[in-house]
Amino acid sequence: MDFELFTNILFATLRTGTPLILIALGEMVCEKSGVLNLGQEGMVLMGAALGFIAAVVTGHAGLGIIAAVLAGMMMSVLFAFLAVTLVSNQVATGLALTIFGTGLSGFLGAGYVGMAIDGIAPFPIPFLSDIPVIGKVLFSHDPLVYFSWFMFALIFWCFRSTRLGLTIRAVGENPEAANAIGIPVMKVRYGAILFGGAMAGLAGAYLSLVYTPMWSEGMSAGRGWIALALVVFASWKAERILLGAYLFGAASIMHLVLQGLGFEASPNLLAMLPYGATIIVLVIIASDAAKAKLSTPLALGRPYRPQV
Amino acid sequence: MLMSNVHSKNLTKLAMTAALAFGANAATAEDPLKVGFVYVGPTGDAGWTYGHDEGRKYVVEQFGDKVETNYVESVAEGADSERVIRQLASKGHDLIFTTSFGYMNPTLKVAKKFKKVKFEHATGYKRGKNTGTYFARAYQGRYLTGLVAGKMTKSNVLGYVASFPIPEVIRGINAFTKGAQEVNPNVKVKVVWASTWYDPAKEREAAETLMLQGADILTQHTDSAAVIQAAESKGNFAIGYHSDMSAYGAKAHLTSTVHNWGPLYAAKVQAVMDGTWKSEDLWPGIAEGVTDLAPLNDAIPADVKALVAKKKQAIKDGSMRVFDGPVFDQSGKEIIGAGKTLDDGALKGFNWYVKGVEGQLPKS
Repeated sequence: MDFELFTNILFATLRTGTPLILIALGEMVCEKSGVLNLGQEGMVLMGAALGFIAAVVTGHAGLGIIAAVLAGMMMSVLFAFLAVTLVSNQVATGLALTIFGTGLSGFLGAGYVGMAIDGIAPFPIPFLSDIPVIGKVLFSHDPLVYFSWFMFALIFWCFRSTRLGLTIRAVGENPEAANAIGIPVMKVRYGAILFGGAMAGLAGAYLSLVYTPMWSEGMSAGRGWIALALVVFASWKAERILLGAYLFGAASIMHLVLQGLGFEASPNLLAMLPYGATIIVLVIIASDAAKAKLSTPLALGRPYRPQV
Repeated sequence: MLMSNVHSKNLTKLAMTAALAFGANAATAEDPLKVGFVYVGPTGDAGWTYGHDEGRKYVVEQFGDKVETNYVESVAEGADSERVIRQLASKGHDLIFTTSFGYMNPTLKVAKKFKKVKFEHATGYKRGKNTGTYFARAYQGRYLTGLVAGKMTKSNVLGYVASFPIPEVIRGINAFTKGAQEVNPNVKVKVVWASTWYDPAKEREAAETLMLQGADILTQHTDSAAVIQAAESKGNFAIGYHSDMSAYGAKAHLTSTVHNWGPLYAAKVQAVMDGTWKSEDLWPGIAEGVTDLAPLNDAIPADVKALVAKKKQAIKDGSMRVFDGPVFDQSGKEIIGAGKTLDDGALKGFNWYVKGVEGQLPKS
């Protein structure tokens, strides 16, 4: 395998992993607060659709990103209202959100199918991108890839050494106890859900404004679900989400590259590679059952009724 | 998820016609012919389903108040589709088009129960008394685009983003390769199987992979326009499929093989109205206007355009067929000699590559 091909594979790996990282980090924060939101796919699609529409209407891809984030947040407010305020079943509400988002995005975007925009251009970081190999692999991306690293660092730090991280975890472990010591459980959960919505919307913008600057229905092609699984297999740890998403990205790219190299294997088998490899690696890392149990937010999926 | 969109024509217009009919005391006040469509994807996919819905709109244009069309989109293949087809049949539809391969058995099952309803199933091979099948000879368009690609490539490597190794897809690869080989015997076609019909991001990565491995002209048998975009961003050329994809890359887009179901659907509707409908296997192509090419990019040299026009005419008047001999397989073995042609049965059962395709065909 020649060297240029190798750098290109690594470059494409980071690009492929980025939407998964954005969605999974958002969902992780949400689940850390004890809320299971299965509406990722719907929020991603709404972000992709409204982001694209805003970019077409205003002519600014940057405004499209803002619109996508707002769209994701709007969807998540709806979820929060039902699941937190009205204490509905989180699983059912999340599924409904996905169905609703898929349909609504298709409806709103119908007039924008077949349009093309310029999308968001890559932004090579000055000087750093001139470094051989590393410069191409790490520092020649579009701004959202760098932003995903920033969010990773922020969330990693937040749960490692801040009071906010501790507060979110307390709410996700034992909301009654958190409430007893004066933590506003509802507000924390609302905040975490909104954050998850914003990140999912951003991932949608990544798809419709950066990766393939176009809108077509269902264009997220199941990434919301993959990210949801990733959060569980990464046992709610940001660094493992990063690892898992890039592993998934690398395996997806290898599925395509190996065929081009004339590798004799069933493409169906190769297509399974991303799923297989990611699950196996993350399961091995988290093989200590006792530890794995500890990392699961105890109150995950359990509705919380405020005590009077 | 299932979304039901019931399309009705301009209601006021309908009401007016009804009133007029009453006013004239016409005993022959006809009910409109009810035509149902079942789609596998959303109508907004800019690809396969979009094309069928354009066909439906054509029917509405042609027949106006004489038809009422309804469609159900994003219907999963299998059990769910049987329920949808049954529902359309029981709601009084006279003619139902089921537009995906996986609807084959559900269509036949429902057809047995509703003997008065006519069914038309796209891409299938099983027929019944009241069930016909149809498909387009898209491979004829593929062959013509292969001529363009073979003439215009500089690297002599063409890239093909494919979905799944089934005969329909292999037929497209073979037709494209045969066209390219006829004008440029040094050309190779590299195939990457994306293992999906529709995932824009993945289709894009497949295109990037092919370009990285030397392909300077791409084409695809997947549904989105991501391959065109990828070629445009790298300054390469690409050839689309299903619909005119020039909006996604004005410079890159050489042409597309497009489907034009409208005339076929209109003919079937007319046949039901006239009582002449019969169960048959229709495989129309360029001659009938069901398969066509999108407008050719100006980047294509005049002599190549002329060649495409000449070959297209030859296909149209029947003086040539795409798989006229000699046809060689990958190893160079002659499958059929000069003066003969591969018959439709062979085309529908392709499980081998013609000469010029690189790599081994995966066993599906």
